[in-house]
Amino acid sequence: MKEHNDIITLAHGAGARRTSALIDEVFQPVLQLPTQDDGAEIDHRLVVTTDAFVVRPLLFPGGDIGKLAVCGVINDIAVQGATPRWLTACFILEEGLPIETLRQVVESMARTARAAGVQVVAGDTKVVERGHGDGIFISMTGIGQLPPKLELGVGRICHGDQILLNGTLGDHAVAIANAREGLGLDPPPQSDCAPLHTLTAALLSAPGVVFMRDATRGGLATVCNEVADATGLGIVLDETQLPVNPRTAHVCELLGLDPLYLANEGKLAAICRPDATAHLELMKQHPLGANAAAVGTVSDQVRGVWVRTAIGGLRPLPMLDADMLPRIC
Amino acid sequence: MCVAIPAQLTTRDGNRGTIDLSGSELEISLALVPEAQTGDWLLVHTGYALAVVTEAEAAETRALLNEVLGG
Amino acid sequence: MSNQLRDSAAVKTLTNKLARLERPIRIMEVCGTHTMSIGRWGLRKLLPPSLQLISGPGCPVCVTPVSYFDALWQLPDVTIAVFGDLLRVPGSHGTLENARARGMDVQVVHGPEQALKLARKRATVLAAVGFETTTPGIADTIRRAAEEKLDGFHVLCGCKLVEPALCALLDGKPDIDGFLLPGHVSAITGSNAFDFLPRDYAASGVVAGFEPVDILAALVLLARMICAGEPGVRNAYPRIVTPQGNQHAQKLIRDVFVPIDTEWRGLGIIPASGLGLAPRYAHLDAARHYGLSLDPVPEPPGCRCGDVLQGRMLPHECPLFAQGCTPSSPVGPCMVSSEGSCAAWYRYERA
Repeated sequence: MKEHNDIITLAHGAGARRTSALIDEVFQPVLQLPTQDDGAEIDHRLVVTTDAFVVRPLLFPGGDIGKLAVCGVINDIAVQGATPRWLTACFILEEGLPIETLRQVVESMARTARAAGVQVVAGDTKVVERGHGDGIFISMTGIGQLPPKLELGVGRICHGDQILLNGTLGDHAVAIANAREGLGLDPPPQSDCAPLHTLTAALLSAPGVVFMRDATRGGLATVCNEVADATGLGIVLDETQLPVNPRTAHVCELLGLDPLYLANEGKLAAICRPDATAHLELMKQHPLGANAAAVGTVSDQVRGVWVRTAIGGLRPLPMLDADMLPRIC
Repeated sequence: MCVAIPAQLTTRDGNRGTIDLSGSELEISLALVPEAQTGDWLLVHTGYALAVVTEAEAAETRALLNEVLGG
Repeated sequence: MSNQLRDSAAVKTLTNKLARLERPIRIMEVCGTHTMSIGRWGLRKLLPPSLQLISGPGCPVCVTPVSYFDALWQLPDVTIAVFGDLLRVPGSHGTLENARARGMDVQVVHGPEQALKLARKRATVLAAVGFETTTPGIADTIRRAAEEKLDGFHVLCGCKLVEPALCALLDGKPDIDGFLLPGHVSAITGSNAFDFLPRDYAASGVVAGFEPVDILAALVLLARMICAGEPGVRNAYPRIVTPQGNQHAQKLIRDVFVPIDTEWRGLGIIPASGLGLAPRYAHLDAARHYGLSLDPVPEPPGCRCGDVLQGRMLPHECPLFAQGCTPSSPVGPCMVSSEGSCAAWYRYERA
């Protein structure tokens, strides 16, 4: 009756426990990566990160796969405290893709990079037979520069640190679910896809930031669990402070989803020394932080991740095995 | 055993209707609630409205809560 | 309304009342969505130890037998429309997620109507699973497919009824003082459908909504009846549930389906507890059309889900719990659905 685990399923790509297991069992034993973070410092204050982008539909409300790739890589660099500088892009195109669609994606990619002050310096294109791809896959690598003396990392997180979030949860996942599965929401919800490097720069202008992570696949819950696992410390989130757009909340209730586990593409968690009022203020002053909130605290009094519910109850927020599926019951 | 949520009916066209999900509208079936009218609050499950919430029933809930909270 | 139903002062008042129980009581929440809601709000830790909540058989995914999933694996190259809940439930050959990775066209739908859309393009089988809440929508979908003469549309019937399962449970004389009754099933059946509890079994039940104050208010009413020794049924969800229920939906169920004996995972075969297609819709039956076998398949060895579903054992008392049986590798039905009592316990109560 055991799960037949000898082939890849979509759950292996969900960024949750099954993805970690795949890395631990297949990649890490032979590649022996020096870090399992999304990016690594390679030399002379340079950081490198790499990411692959697959999304259907290719164009969605609030973004497209080109913008998504640039934002995703910028954000992975930015949360390390670095300034994103250079990108490379590999395109895997499927036979039959309209060139007009490709043009839109590449223009959007260029526009997003230009606006962020980042250069696309190299690229590659391959075409696969019809049926062997999904229109466009993009693989993107980014390089950024760390400022001198900045030290961020999970190792610096302490009891009492505060967790700040720059805005509402789950908007990207709901926008994609609606576009992909034809839910028919009108007007369609928009993805929050955005580059966060100016927000991180603003945050770092005040001392006391110890760690940052963008809350993509697996959502804020997964970020918190990764931090709890890495530090051995607990985290308690305050449900009344968690920002969720009312429409996202309503759609999630309808589909039986929890916004804490849903993907975002323009949200980050920043862990700051208390009192983090100044950092919260810096977030709120930024255009991408209008709904920012102090959502939780790091604690050595609990193990794992917990949510203090709006009625005063306490519920655990474990790492999920795979992505959250819509449910009827 | 079943995820179902309240939502307000915004338009009705025969057996089809749209509900408001705090800013976006969603089409659902009204085949199970022929009595539903625009403006009604509905209980929605798997694309179907299952019940209509009437003002009398909402008042009953308030009365019940008063009974339980008070007595 | 929803603010009032999530009000922490009201929660405090109600939990204080429950803390003054005259004697310890055991209440079964029949419905898996209650189990989830209790966990989601962290209610269990706010309740006094004298009030024990036991999760019952009210998760349609959990009680769907292995043979049902094995039947889906027997299908030829068609589209299988399933609710997301079913995707990761293990059958003898693996999960439907695995089946999809091996090339089967498995599509997650949010409602039964979406299967009609799929069937207009390609032969489609709707995996029809649910209790009275979900069944009317499925019935409407079946009726429309028949009206449309949609050749490519079939259903694999797995819908179940709550009342026969509760009776089977009570016939086993479980150590349960009262029942928190499923609010959304009752929206269809009406609260009167549970009058058999005091009449035939001298048991009490309260129909409850799913907000924290809904659940606690229902528990207070239930505790009062139990402590007074006056069995009865009350409706604590009157904004949704009426005594008679949704009679259009009931008629639709009667028109499209007929009661049949059916297998419940963990509970065995319960007479007249399932729904098969009525003769005029029998041509839409996927089991008949594709010649699928639904013969019972033995339960996995060591699995105590039957005892958990009947309230004889709490999830963590099962020897397999969190050892051989986890949400990522479930052995029994209670671990497979996120609202299954073991999965909910694993997620919300274990730490």
